[in-house]
Amino acid sequence: MAANGSWDPGEDVIAVQRGPEPGGLAGAARIFGATLRGLRTTMGRVAEGPVTWEYPEEKTPVYPRFRGRHKLHKFEDSDLEKCVGCSLCAAACPAECIRVVAAENTPEHQVSAGERYAAVYEINMSRCIFCGYCEVACPFDAITMGNDYELADFERSDLIFTKEMLLADSVEHTPLRREGE
Amino acid sequence: MTGAENTLVQIVKAIVIFAVILQIIPIILWAERKLLGRFQSRLGPNRVGFRGLLQPLADVLKLVSKEQSAPATAVPWMMAVAPLISIVTAVATLAIIPFGPPGAWGGDFGLYGIDVPIGLLYFFAFGSLAFYGLVLGGWSSGSKFSFLGSMRAAAQLISYEVAIGLSLLGVAMTAGSMSLVDIVDDQTGMWFVVPQFVGFLIFLTAGFAESSRPPFDLPESDAELVSGFNTEYGGMRFGSFFMAEYIEVVIISGVATACFLGGWHGPGPEALAPLWVLLKMGLFVFFFIWVRATLPRLRYDLLMSFGWKILLPLATLNVLVTAIVLVAT
Repeated sequence: MAANGSWDPGEDVIAVQRGPEPGGLAGAARIFGATLRGLRTTMGRVAEGPVTWEYPEEKTPVYPRFRGRHKLHKFEDSDLEKCVGCSLCAAACPAECIRVVAAENTPEHQVSAGERYAAVYEINMSRCIFCGYCEVACPFDAITMGNDYELADFERSDLIFTKEMLLADSVEHTPLRREGE
Repeated sequence: MTGAENTLVQIVKAIVIFAVILQIIPIILWAERKLLGRFQSRLGPNRVGFRGLLQPLADVLKLVSKEQSAPATAVPWMMAVAPLISIVTAVATLAIIPFGPPGAWGGDFGLYGIDVPIGLLYFFAFGSLAFYGLVLGGWSSGSKFSFLGSMRAAAQLISYEVAIGLSLLGVAMTAGSMSLVDIVDDQTGMWFVVPQFVGFLIFLTAGFAESSRPPFDLPESDAELVSGFNTEYGGMRFGSFFMAEYIEVVIISGVATACFLGGWHGPGPEALAPLWVLLKMGLFVFFFIWVRATLPRLRYDLLMSFGWKILLPLATLNVLVTAIVLVAT
């Protein structure tokens, strides 16, 4: 603080560079130049070409770890379901969108590899938050997150996916992102 | 003036010019949306018809089928008249745009609606009248956004009419006539864009304001005034305003072509004259779209000061220099 009460910033002072005030012929020339530069910029976009993905025809590829619609799995050799109806996925689900009703396997009616199988396995896709905890919780890798993201439908009831729907292969395969894409 | 043409020829010419321009408007609409897309790294409309060519038709069908509504505070009859003013003045100005010299397609008629001896004044008169459509439309809507839009239209009009008038005065002095046909005839040797380059730039700049296109689309100002003067309009009344704006673009392009780019002059036989005019007009329309994709809208006061402090002195200077040069040579 200087003696007369005025503050002297000393060497800390930073000179602010301001553009010229608008108006006058110099201003007009400046505006003209800036306009020309702007015109060049927009024309550059034309030269680059559009970057649009034409979505319904051209789907955005996803990364392999993308968490989309769930899939239930079967053993490839015996065609038995991997799910044993333990309900751990339902317990892990923070959105409580999985419903599992287990039933006993019998020798005549062997559905899964374990003692029990899931008689009902439903996922309510309108509630699912695609966190992937079900996949983590499953001791048999029976449920995994798939890559399909086109889940829109007209009725809420159509968004409750049954076991058959989850076991079935997806109708249209979502493209996967290639290396370096 | 090639003397009075007979009435039948006049009627046929009126219909043909109107029809041709009306067919060009949807193409301009489509080209604008397509080009704007490209300028913004997008594709633009491509769903309706081949490459989206039917998009304007779909838009017009939508507009025609829509309901007309007016706020309780509106003046209904004035609201109905305003789009009419816009479109009538726009179409009337089309008449003076010269597409070809007299006798270009045989016969003794010229390829233009009428050759008015005071062609430029006619253009200014109808250009100013067109703003009544904007002002009345916004004012009678009884909504604050419309009102602000029409006030801006009025302010814009007074800031630009003088500059645009003076910018064409140089051309009129050089050609020694106000008739657009005479002006084009006078450019046989050299297009006026060379000796009148400053006038050309001023006319282009003021032309954006005249047709209320970005960056001078203050009457509309869709960022802050919803849609400006036409906020309360819907259906084909809005469509009329919209179409008038695009006809205005065609007119500005046509007058610029006639006054600066040599009108129908170009290589090839004389019968190709309208092609050259349309081609040159297309250049201007492209430029209009290019600028729209590039420049943001000017602030209200900046627009006024730009009009009064830069364009007007420049235009006056241009007229003075032109006069001195004309007298000296």
